[in-house]
Amino acid sequence: MPAAAPGRGKLIVGLALVGSIVLMAILADVISPFDPYQQNLRLRLRPPMWNEGGSFAHTLGTDNFGRDLLSRLIHGSRLSVMVGVAAMLLAASLGTLLGLVAGWRGGRAEALIMRLADAQLSIPEILLAILVVAAIGGSALNLVLVLGISGWMVHARVVFGLTRSLRERPFVEAAVSQGASGAFIVCRHILPHLLPVMSVVATLQVAQMILQETALSFLGLGLPPPAATWGNILAEGRERLFVAPWIANLAGASIVLLVWGVNILGNGLRERFDPRG
Amino acid sequence: MLHYILRRLALVVPTMALVLLVVFIVLRITGDPAELFLDATAGPAEIAALRTRLGLDQPLPLQFARFVWDLLHGDFGTSLSHQAPALPVVVERLGPTLQLVAAALGLAVLLGIALGLVAASFRDRLADHAISAVAVFGQSMPSFWLGLLLIQAFALELGWLPTSGSGTAAHLILPALTLSAFLLPNFILVTRTAVLEAKREAFATTARAKGLSPMRVLLRHVLPNALNPIISVLGLQVGHLIAGSIVTETIFAWPGVGRLMIGSIYQRDVPIVAAAVVVVSLVIMLTNLLVDVVQAILDPRVRI
Repeated sequence: MPAAAPGRGKLIVGLALVGSIVLMAILADVISPFDPYQQNLRLRLRPPMWNEGGSFAHTLGTDNFGRDLLSRLIHGSRLSVMVGVAAMLLAASLGTLLGLVAGWRGGRAEALIMRLADAQLSIPEILLAILVVAAIGGSALNLVLVLGISGWMVHARVVFGLTRSLRERPFVEAAVSQGASGAFIVCRHILPHLLPVMSVVATLQVAQMILQETALSFLGLGLPPPAATWGNILAEGRERLFVAPWIANLAGASIVLLVWGVNILGNGLRERFDPRG
Repeated sequence: MLHYILRRLALVVPTMALVLLVVFIVLRITGDPAELFLDATAGPAEIAALRTRLGLDQPLPLQFARFVWDLLHGDFGTSLSHQAPALPVVVERLGPTLQLVAAALGLAVLLGIALGLVAASFRDRLADHAISAVAVFGQSMPSFWLGLLLIQAFALELGWLPTSGSGTAAHLILPALTLSAFLLPNFILVTRTAVLEAKREAFATTARAKGLSPMRVLLRHVLPNALNPIISVLGLQVGHLIAGSIVTETIFAWPGVGRLMIGSIYQRDVPIVAAAVVVVSLVIMLTNLLVDVVQAILDPRVRI
């Protein structure tokens, strides 16, 4: 029997988990049983169906305003996935561009960009994110901008290192000697070589972005209530932890499932592209 | 060695400049300080006078220079809610934060190295797979939910520990556990990789060939040589640990800088927030510096 391709199991588990959550986010309006913002004060803090007093109508129970928890969690997946992916895309674009410039041009551009990356890396993103979001407010766009701009350094470092070593390779030298422009060589000969590693870094970063977004929401710095985000639901559940622990726990479990799925997917990709690692 | 420390110190300057620039921009975004300080009845002439007095009519680079100059003299402005200079208020809360971070760091280092060693010794066996899987799962665990789970288990169900607050050693246990879980997965995985790599080296084979017991080879020959990457991760992560304490302090009502910062954000007490960010950044950078120097002492190769 031939050995299974490296990372296959992880790729399958990760893809299945992340795929179903993304599907849930896309179909949120269709599959959620209730309007996530519809309040019903007579049905406050109903437990999930498996607890005493729960009912099939509200499968996962209701929150402090009688809103259906399942519907809120389904809609919450939307924001987490969207913010996580969008912030990663922004960070990856910025980082790749700067990393390519630093690695290809070398010299002063390299010194400036990589020194900036070092400087920004030594300050945890969340610290400055808290400060900036507190000042400009937590809209989805602001969250993406803040998280994206504070996360470019990983990409830049990886792209920089690979670009510098690729620059010495014969096929790049051949292209240079034929008079190809720098931009052409970078797009045609260097970028394709970077894609596998970049995809691993990008996937693992989505997990970080989601965690940071939910952390900011939890601290009250994400989308303002009543927005149904996982961090908000968890923060609201914390207020009622003694009487309705299921609210916080179900939101927490949702976050863990998504982030864990993304991490597994990223690790699977890494094993596939770099079996030694 | 001195040369290395000086070169490393030179790195602190651009980083601090970056932090100060962000803080400065944020302070200016939050509104014209002159209008904030005066009440609504103040006329344009009074606002203009105050702007001149505060230097707000000068070009932005000059304002930034003045801002940095004030900070260098410990002047972070006056806290509106505490009615006191911002810096002492923040520094006073630094103690509890550092206490919490130190406890979490100790836990993470001890447990991380121990579990990493076990995983590496039983490579590809059940213990290794179990530990590695838990570590990856731990990386996916948001600390704010872990904290709530620990409260439910140990404070509500079992009643062994207080839910939140501070004062006794029992108050420290849950926050320290929560915060250390932030670092533990990384420590486990890095220790595992570093130990596996050191085990392949010639000196490990020699030690085994001399007939030393496996335990002695592991602890006296392999582990010391695996410490370097572990300390590197420590240096990279200690900043995230201090930042992570912001969330942990909020969950457990721990009276540190993080909780002060979040509370001040709600109260729009901008000088406190700015001072907290600058002080925490400075602490992070000094810790990074300390870790790098320790590493350079332990491993001369780093100094090049």
